[in-house]
Amino acid sequence: MTRRRFFAAAVLLTLLVAGVASYYASSHPDGLLYVAGQTGFEDAAEDSATADSPLAGYQTRGVGSERLSGALAGVAGVALVGLIGGGLFWMLRRRDERPDTSGSGD
Amino acid sequence: MHVPDGFLDAPTSLATGLIAAAGIAVALRGTRRELDDRTAPMAGLVATFVFAAQMINFPVGAGTSGHLMGGALAAVLVGPWSAVLCLSVVLLVQGLMMADGGITALGTNITLMGLVTVAVGWTTFVLMRRVLAARPTAVPIAAAVGAFLSVPAAALVFTLLFSVGGQAPVDLSRVVVAMLGWHTLIGLGEAAVTGLVVASVIATRPDLVYGARPLLAVPTLEIRTPAPDPETTR
Repeated sequence: MTRRRFFAAAVLLTLLVAGVASYYASSHPDGLLYVAGQTGFEDAAEDSATADSPLAGYQTRGVGSERLSGALAGVAGVALVGLIGGGLFWMLRRRDERPDTSGSGD
Repeated sequence: MHVPDGFLDAPTSLATGLIAAAGIAVALRGTRRELDDRTAPMAGLVATFVFAAQMINFPVGAGTSGHLMGGALAAVLVGPWSAVLCLSVVLLVQGLMMADGGITALGTNITLMGLVTVAVGWTTFVLMRRVLAARPTAVPIAAAVGAFLSVPAAALVFTLLFSVGGQAPVDLSRVVVAMLGWHTLIGLGEAAVTGLVVASVIATRPDLVYGARPLLAVPTLEIRTPAPDPETTR
């Protein structure tokens, strides 16, 4: 598999997970919140300062359909992480002094 | 495992914030050694995949759920220092944009899911890689073991932090038993997803797996001589 094809497939898979599969995720509380409820420190939790963000709770504000709202938030999150992470890692990478002889398609 | 605001008091949150900042500072230096032109895009990709995978809560027992944390997965795919930065970017976007994990708890979450899971996952992976046969097929198994242990380890460190700065008077022995119990189960899911993803990348592009690089055979030039007589080779 060429590198280009590998990356295309991985990006597609990531978008499908965030945009489609996420709708079917379990809505039960996660392990920490469940234990907090069981042992009695659940009420110590406070609303996040970003609880009013347009993407809070992985839902896009103003979009009626829960499926579409979640899909948009998921894809927006992937795009943001990709931009910030991609930019950061590209900036930090070790510049290769040797000329690239492996060919662009590899 | 995303800790909301309010669970831990201000001094503890400040302390974990300083630990997280120090960890990121060291990781910024370490990442330069891990990434080059070929692998830097892979690190960005791993960050987005971890973000997406963290949206998938899978049910665990009655009434609770877990999702991939991804520290061990990211460490095996792109190296431990890059993994710390991958998880930090994911947790930053989740905290700021999705209100998943608190803002004052951001340092706690980076410490637990960015530092503890990567450290435990990567150390276990390296030990397992040494124990298992030195073949690329051993990499997904070693990654799964590291992933499995990384989850209860993070749960244990949370309980430690809660024993220092917890904002509710609760029975700590009950907290530690429940946290370890449930997160051992969640760790099985972490191991399954991590093993599967690492195995898929090993099967297609093993050269893109940081943790497999020491095991990949160095391709040597081979001199092939043409068969002298076609009849004998048939």
